[in-house]
Amino acid sequence: MKSGSNLERVLEAGHFAVTAECGPPRGADPEVVLKKAELVKGNVDACNVTDNQTSVVRMSSVAGCMLVKQSGTEPLLQMVVRDRNRIALQSDLLGASALGIRNLLCLSGDHQKFGDDPQAKNVFDIDSIQLIHLVKTMRDEGLFPSGEKLEGAPKFYIGCAVNPFADPFEIRVPRLKLKVDAGADFVQTQCIYNMEKFKRYMEDACRQGLPERVKILAGVTPLKSAGMAKFMNRMVAGIEIPEEIIKRIADEPKDKQAAKGIEICIEQIQEVREMEGIAGVHVMAIEWEEKLNEIIGGAGLLPRPILAL
Amino acid sequence: MLPCTGRIDEAILLKAFEKGADGVMVIGCLEGDCHYVNGNIRARARVERVYRILEQIDIGPERIRMYNLSAGEGSKFAAFTSEFVEQVVKLGPSPINLARQREAQVS
Amino acid sequence: MITGTPKPIEEILEMLEPYDNIILAGCYGCVTVCRVGGDKEVQVLASTVRLAREAAGKKIEIKEVCLERQCDPEYLEPMRPYVEDYQAVLSIACGAGIQFMAEKFARTPLLPGINTGFLGVTERQGEWTERCQGCGDCVLHLTGGICPVTRCAKSLFHGPCGGSVQGICEVSKETKCGWQLIIDRLKALDQMDNYGKIKPYKGWDSSRDGGPRRIIREDMV
Repeated sequence: MKSGSNLERVLEAGHFAVTAECGPPRGADPEVVLKKAELVKGNVDACNVTDNQTSVVRMSSVAGCMLVKQSGTEPLLQMVVRDRNRIALQSDLLGASALGIRNLLCLSGDHQKFGDDPQAKNVFDIDSIQLIHLVKTMRDEGLFPSGEKLEGAPKFYIGCAVNPFADPFEIRVPRLKLKVDAGADFVQTQCIYNMEKFKRYMEDACRQGLPERVKILAGVTPLKSAGMAKFMNRMVAGIEIPEEIIKRIADEPKDKQAAKGIEICIEQIQEVREMEGIAGVHVMAIEWEEKLNEIIGGAGLLPRPILAL
Repeated sequence: MLPCTGRIDEAILLKAFEKGADGVMVIGCLEGDCHYVNGNIRARARVERVYRILEQIDIGPERIRMYNLSAGEGSKFAAFTSEFVEQVVKLGPSPINLARQREAQVS
Repeated sequence: MITGTPKPIEEILEMLEPYDNIILAGCYGCVTVCRVGGDKEVQVLASTVRLAREAAGKKIEIKEVCLERQCDPEYLEPMRPYVEDYQAVLSIACGAGIQFMAEKFARTPLLPGINTGFLGVTERQGEWTERCQGCGDCVLHLTGGICPVTRCAKSLFHGPCGGSVQGICEVSKETKCGWQLIIDRLKALDQMDNYGKIKPYKGWDSSRDGGPRRIIREDMV
């Protein structure tokens, strides 16, 4: 075992893994995280805690992870290179590992332009692929990137994110391969709606033999309404929701749209489960954690396996 | 002597105001009919820039204006000139000239 | 070239508030080419300031000069005999020129008349775009002649990120995705092998992060 995390054990044992995410609050109130964590509990193998996503300032992801852990769910720390140089990254990695956080997702981070503080200085000292390499060096070689020896190597199951739908499409699999070469153990994808395009992506990934080297968790996000679907299609870079899905939701009366969104999400989980090379699903129920049980249960993925250490 | 409004630049136009002009009228050839291809189009852009400068420093942008005329349009020239002069008279002396008058009175 | 943009006239007038005689100094280098700090801009700015100040009843005397370059000592020296006859110098050269002048003339306040921009190119009359951050460790031979540090909004070394849509960066509709440009060019050059390699962490010590930089050419000193 590289990290001994629950997520690693579930995936290595060949189970179809389930992760979800919790966005920490815009404030210091721990109750917000604990409440979300309560909804996540029992439904997932690990729960992502986002790191100032869309550059909007929130409670730190390490603190969020500890609250999730405290409530009984294994946390998965998201870490962006936007806000920290390599000194801060290394230091936070050591701290997170010391606190018992075992899963890590290495990200670039949304540009600060989209958040509260568009005038902030960005860092991007190293990029997300170099961060994967940095963590792997620390974990497997017990060395700082400077070559100095660590007093205790951090233990992380190293993840990365991919967006199979961003442009240019033909570079998406080669870029995933770069992340795998750098040392990623697992990958969580951006939410998938365009199954045809995702199938092509996965076929290409399989041809390159990537699923043997990295566990791929397909991302899904339930749509609450036709309005949300249209908004995401228009406003979120790299998200493509096919007309047919929007229509299925829009055809429902307003009060039934959410139920239809959940039904479609369950279908999507079942569809990706059938795909070659998919090792799990990452359910991003954005501010809709109360539906996780219904979605994951509906997809036949409950109860979650309990594996001995 | 300028052979073409295309030679006019912002510095020359501003200089006129420094020299005491209450208004500046720039008359170029008809658009599309410039001897030097697009001298009058360039002049228009420069007049516009001076218009913005005069606006920013509260001299009053309506003190500068560009007209396009052909050499054969004498009566139109006279009409435009009367119109502009009337406008400038209505505006009164430029803030520069007012300041100079005040200074003259003090001394 | 080094580009720049004029400071708003209100800001300049505010800076000049305490003074009633100044030198306005332009530069025939980069700032002349990008039309922000040359001879012509000196004339226009001087007139504008004089008009504004006189209208406000606070006349100002302005000596207009334009130096060959404000970033070379020999072109600054001719100002020495008269610089102290004036209360301040308003310079519309780049930040380097302004500072160099400040160092040379220790008793004269130096005021910036422009905001210095970036190392860029002229796309067309009135439009300049950035190309180089002067990071001190060029990798253009690996990236199809397009700089990831400058052209990618996140300075990624393995892009593009998920924010690239049809060749446009998520940061602005006017910004092309640097990595899309790199990939297009690598493909055209049949150098896509370069893409598949993981690049070492960049040494930013050769960039601004190492502190103010200095170049010493032993063969020339």
